[in-house]
Amino acid sequence: MNAAEIREEVLDILADIAPDEDLSKLDDNVRFREQLELDSMDFLDIVMELRKRHRIQIPEDDYINLASMSSTVAYLEPLMKDIERQNA
Amino acid sequence: MYDTLIIGAGMSGLAAGIRLAYYDQRVAILERHTTIGGLNSFYRLRGREYDVGLHAITNITPKGAKTGPLARLLRQLRMRWDDLAISPQLGSEIAFPSARIKFDNNDRTLRDEVAWVFPREADRFDQLTREIVEYDDLGESHANQSAREVVGSILRDPLLVEMLFCPLMYYGSAREHDMDWGQFSIMFRSIFLEGLGRPAAGVRLILKHLVRKFRSLGGELKLRSGVQRLAVEQGRVVGVELESGERIEARNVLSSAGWCETMRLCDDGQPVIGSRAPGQLSFCETIATLDCSPRDLGHDRTITFFNDHDTFDWRKPEEPCDLRSGVICSPNNFAYDTPLDDNTIRITALANFDRWNTLEEPRYRLEKLRWYDRIAESAARFVPDYRGHVVDTDMFTPTTIVRYSGHENGAVYGAPKKQLDGRTHLENLFICGTDQGFVGIIGSITSGIAMANMHCLRA
Repeated sequence: MNAAEIREEVLDILADIAPDEDLSKLDDNVRFREQLELDSMDFLDIVMELRKRHRIQIPEDDYINLASMSSTVAYLEPLMKDIERQNA
Repeated sequence: MYDTLIIGAGMSGLAAGIRLAYYDQRVAILERHTTIGGLNSFYRLRGREYDVGLHAITNITPKGAKTGPLARLLRQLRMRWDDLAISPQLGSEIAFPSARIKFDNNDRTLRDEVAWVFPREADRFDQLTREIVEYDDLGESHANQSAREVVGSILRDPLLVEMLFCPLMYYGSAREHDMDWGQFSIMFRSIFLEGLGRPAAGVRLILKHLVRKFRSLGGELKLRSGVQRLAVEQGRVVGVELESGERIEARNVLSSAGWCETMRLCDDGQPVIGSRAPGQLSFCETIATLDCSPRDLGHDRTITFFNDHDTFDWRKPEEPCDLRSGVICSPNNFAYDTPLDDNTIRITALANFDRWNTLEEPRYRLEKLRWYDRIAESAARFVPDYRGHVVDTDMFTPTTIVRYSGHENGAVYGAPKKQLDGRTHLENLFICGTDQGFVGIIGSITSGIAMANMHCLRA
């Protein structure tokens, strides 16, 4: 998965978690929490969805990397590559 | 081997089950009875559908609201606002002999009523509301502060204080006379600032929706599967033994049976009562089906909280029922698209479990009839007298609550001391539901979600 595909995937997860949100105006460089009314339970869901969909394990200390779209994509890109390599 | 076994198919157990099944855990809910439901449930009698527990759902925020417990819960369960088909209340009231205060789902209504009835308290009431809005309910710091002390330090008129406590205690205080400030703030927001609503089909709609979702995600619901014993070895639950003798293994057990009730199941000799006193507050409820709508009789309130003197006593009564106060609920008085088939008035009053529990048939039946009449008479002081229009009745007592929910003493709101983190003396046994800390429909569902997240998903 390249950065654009990862972004699409995260958007899809957000749409699942918060179906009533308008994600088309999402600013990639602003924290999710500031634009989406997500609380700590929702952040756990982003982690859980990534585990469910892609078998990505994110340790609790790394949750901080999921603050905004750009930081999430940057954090996930190498992890996704690792997993794709393992599956190849 | 299950990842998680959940004890009890009530609101909290089903909600926890949905979370775990959604994230691919192998999960089963063990339910003693032949059907789902716990403290909130439903039944059919002589061709009519009845709700137990639910008068109204609290925390009703409008469709599209992104904050608040209802929005959070819908997101966590991947449900849509429309799934619950909630209709808002028409409007409720608090009725004391020397004053009445109305409130509805617009928080201005209560504010204006307080300013009208207690003009000198208006500014101080605003200050109270601000402090309540600022209280952080996810901080887990249910500060063990007395709500009576905090409210009493802000408001000066004791009658207003009593009137505000009355609905909040009736809808969720396991503690006699007082509440924790945190619990008070959560209840104040959920009832006075957010609001009340109900699905036209009642509590069955919510429970059936939850169970359908749970099963569609691969969760197993085992009815007629009462838990007899939790087998404990070296600080862990190693197995659950059913009343049938069947043994089931699981990595984690999440129990909604109640704190004392769950401790009683552990076979390691763990003290059941210890420092935690079981709850004492229970209820009788009378249900009357009418031949006309409550509104035809001039009664348009959704819920009327009444008290016949100027102080509100929230204690286990000496008598079988306390006739001095009560809650009158008309399920018809919500803003439905089409009117309900049946016209109903329900009245809830504080009751003494021991007084009911020691009665044997047929005395129990006789006392039920007697107290039905007394409760209806008591309520007729505060709402139009409907007694000439009754075509069918039913009633439950504290012993009915024990029979169907398993909660000791019929204590609807559980033990006064809550276990907010859900942990027990065993590393893989957790509790959810009433004794974890949240009550009501939204509270118990939130409890199931939060405990499943914290203890069964994160690890």
